Amino acid sequence: MTRQGWEVVIGLEIHTQLNTASKLFSGSSAQFGSAPNSQASLVDLGFPGVLPVVNIAVFRKAISFGLAIGATINRTSVFDRKNYFYPDLPKGYQITQLDQPIVVGGEVTVTLSDDSTKTIRVTRAHLEEDAGKSLHENYQGQSGIDLNRAGTPLIEIVSEPDMRSTDEAVAYARKIHQLVTFLDVSDGDMSQGSFRCDANVSVRPIGETELGTRTETKNINSFRFLERAIDFEIDRQIEVLENGGRVVQETRLYDPDRDETRTMRSKETSMDYRYFPEPDLLPVVLEQAFIDDIAVSLPELPEARKTRFVTDYQLPEADAQILTGSRALADYFEAVARISGDARLASNWIRVELLGRLNRDEIELTHSPVTAEQLGQLTARIQDGTISGKIAKDIFDALWLKRADDVDHYIEENGLRQMTDSSSIEPIVDQVINDNPAQVEQYRAGKTRVLGFLVGQVMKASGGKANPRQVNELFRSRLG
Amino acid sequence: MSTPVTIEGALRGLAAGEYSSVELTRHFLDVIRERNPVLNAVISTTDDIAIAQAEQADRDRQAGRGGPLAGVPILHKDIFCTEGARTSAGSKMLDNFVSPYSATAVEKLTKAGAIMVGKANMDEFAMGSSNENSFYGVVRNPWQTDRVPGGSSGGSAAAVAAGFCLAATGTDTGGSIRQPASFCGITGIKPTYGRVSRWGMIAYGSSLDQAGPMTRTAADAALMLQTMAGFDHRDSTSLDEPVPLFTEALDQPLAGLRIGLCKEYLQDGLDSGVETQVQNAIRELEGLGASLVEVSLPHTQYAVPAYYVIAPAECSANLSRFDGVRFGHRCDDPVDLEDLYTRSRSEGFGREVRQRIMVGAFALSAGYYDAYYRKAQQIRRLIKNDFISAFKTVDLIAGPVAPSTAFPLGDMTDDPVAMYLQDIFTVPSSLAGLPAMSIPAGFSDNLPVGLQLIGNYLDEGRMLNAAHQFQQRTDWHLRSPDTGEVS
Repeated sequence: MTRQGWEVVIGLEIHTQLNTASKLFSGSSAQFGSAPNSQASLVDLGFPGVLPVVNIAVFRKAISFGLAIGATINRTSVFDRKNYFYPDLPKGYQITQLDQPIVVGGEVTVTLSDDSTKTIRVTRAHLEEDAGKSLHENYQGQSGIDLNRAGTPLIEIVSEPDMRSTDEAVAYARKIHQLVTFLDVSDGDMSQGSFRCDANVSVRPIGETELGTRTETKNINSFRFLERAIDFEIDRQIEVLENGGRVVQETRLYDPDRDETRTMRSKETSMDYRYFPEPDLLPVVLEQAFIDDIAVSLPELPEARKTRFVTDYQLPEADAQILTGSRALADYFEAVARISGDARLASNWIRVELLGRLNRDEIELTHSPVTAEQLGQLTARIQDGTISGKIAKDIFDALWLKRADDVDHYIEENGLRQMTDSSSIEPIVDQVINDNPAQVEQYRAGKTRVLGFLVGQVMKASGGKANPRQVNELFRSRLG
Repeated sequence: MSTPVTIEGALRGLAAGEYSSVELTRHFLDVIRERNPVLNAVISTTDDIAIAQAEQADRDRQAGRGGPLAGVPILHKDIFCTEGARTSAGSKMLDNFVSPYSATAVEKLTKAGAIMVGKANMDEFAMGSSNENSFYGVVRNPWQTDRVPGGSSGGSAAAVAAGFCLAATGTDTGGSIRQPASFCGITGIKPTYGRVSRWGMIAYGSSLDQAGPMTRTAADAALMLQTMAGFDHRDSTSLDEPVPLFTEALDQPLAGLRIGLCKEYLQDGLDSGVETQVQNAIRELEGLGASLVEVSLPHTQYAVPAYYVIAPAECSANLSRFDGVRFGHRCDDPVDLEDLYTRSRSEGFGREVRQRIMVGAFALSAGYYDAYYRKAQQIRRLIKNDFISAFKTVDLIAGPVAPSTAFPLGDMTDDPVAMYLQDIFTVPSSLAGLPAMSIPAGFSDNLPVGLQLIGNYLDEGRMLNAAHQFQQRTDWHLRSPDTGEVS
């Protein structure tokens, strides 16, 4: 399908769970993955007579984000009730911020795939509580409700409709993800729902100034799905319009299995949320000093860290860019580099081996089977010559598959130590010379390329433990 | 055993060893058992809890470590969550609800040694001015049993007046402590909004709801209030202000006290018998040395309409949690989620509650918010400002509590607007968040008349002192419906 003649307009709403120890309005733990309803207090369950109390730690997180994007911080912010019925919303309303959110305005600059940059404006970021989860499978036709997530603090970051392509939208989402993880505002774990995107998409003929009718595709929980959902929606809308139809304003869901979006509810049946100020909470009035204190203690932001990686570790700019993609990755890199003592080696292993596998298996770095300590140890053993690069790759496989735990122990256990003692390699070299007279002849005749073959034979015979450089030298001296 | 009528009297009797707390508790449980079938002021008694608490109070008293209310039997309005006891809020919706925790006010009273003998009847979810809206049936006024006791704390008021207990907790959103106190001839105080924690008090109108005591005397009210009040970190709207010992400051002469008479409260529509008693009571205060100053609260007429937008709006959200999912009434065999919600809520809530939810949801809905909810909030600010300027020239405001004495059962059930106008004198101070109280001020046609005192923010002490001084000169508060010689 061609998009010729059409302009795409995209705005994103990103829900980011804040990584505070306790929930927004109760003392319950906000940790993910506990037994259903084990982290739901009377407040989270919406029992009769309970009241919310604001966890002030959430304001520190929201303000950090606001300051990092150059936004205005509202010193007075107000919570509102958003009313709707759903079994995983225990009170029958969500406490959120409507007219006076904590963060207003701000912008981020993103780098696109052609290396050009674009600035995207942020409308606002407001605090709100997450709902619980409804589980519809495996309950014999009934639904299960898990309220552990109910009351988990979120900031919803709303962009202006500034994006004009899927590329821009994904770059913006990645940028926000990078920021919230660097700021330690969120763990950013998309597989656990810590970072979810709603995409507002519309199209209009190029030159048209009025916005087209938009649709909102909700709860997209990976960058790849975001890209696909937006692409699908752009193509769908253009097709509808080119066939003389009209786009219906509606809420849609992206189905990754079918790679399509479909109607969730249309505007005709859309809800009136009957917002009003939450009478159980007073407006939160912050001292300027509180905000200033957060401003001076902001963690190192991605740009600064990238620059530092280039200067301190002598990494190429492009590599530093990749390694500062998220705070977790940057932290991982620094841990590996520290343990191995060789930053470039650490960088190579992370970019090539680790990220490659994580991508292939669709695993988040935070769930990587290979820890920074393990990779650090592994690269340290390459660095000090204990193992060859080839053996290291085998050990990496073992670590990935959880067949190995401690690298040094695994090397000893399996006798993988590189042979550095020439007395044990020399007999193998001599044997290879004896077994391959034709190649030896060729080498002596000046076809030095066959040396690679001969070295390979030694490596094979030594089970990869010989040091290739040493083997090279032995051949040269014997055949020279 | 000479039955005490007041907390003060009971504490003297207990201290003198005239009776034990267990004996006193059994006495009140017996009275309730005997007379509640007529009045229906109590939804459930909590005999086991009561006896256990009384035994503990007796032990504590003997060991010399009893709290200020050690051994005093009281009732809690059934809107307060009480651990281990059914907390119904007067609704079918919560007929099966046993609270897993206790309200802060309940905890504080228990800690002070008060004995919970049961849970008092009330208008469903505190919505009503006559106690005719309870799932557990109407409450009758002990002075004339074909009359209403007032609402929504009608069970608490009737119980205290009838000698079921020495005091009861109540809650007041737009007059729900003061109007039933007036109708039943007892003392009831609604403190400054935020004085008493709302934690564990089932919400009706969150920005208005306040708990307070209902007692025979101002001195008892002072003791109860200083026990219940205080900052609570679990309620963000609770006031972080010290609570004075009100009981220590009840002997102040009223000389120099400036009492405001609000002309808007003494106008047409006020029953002449009520007006006469209120005027007499005001003259009594003047006789005690107070000076009378006329004040104006010009926005009074808008208070009831504003209240009946704000309170229903808040209740429409507050009552959403009663959805049949986690606790409370659930309809039989729901076919889907919509059916579960619709039938559980239609069956669980009574007519008045459903009506207020509908009104509130309407007032908040898109396109109407500005005309109703926002406008009502603007009126609320104007009413608050009226009081702020009035309190520049006076220390207290005195006037009627309700336009009439207790009206016959069924008289207004088909006329919600007439019923809502019952609240005309109590709602303004609720909207402003000011403390206010009702004290017995005489009788009209054998029915009690209350005098309302409204105080400045956090000025409950001055109000209680004036009430106490008044009660030193009058005996209206000591009249009982079964024995009372009425004027």
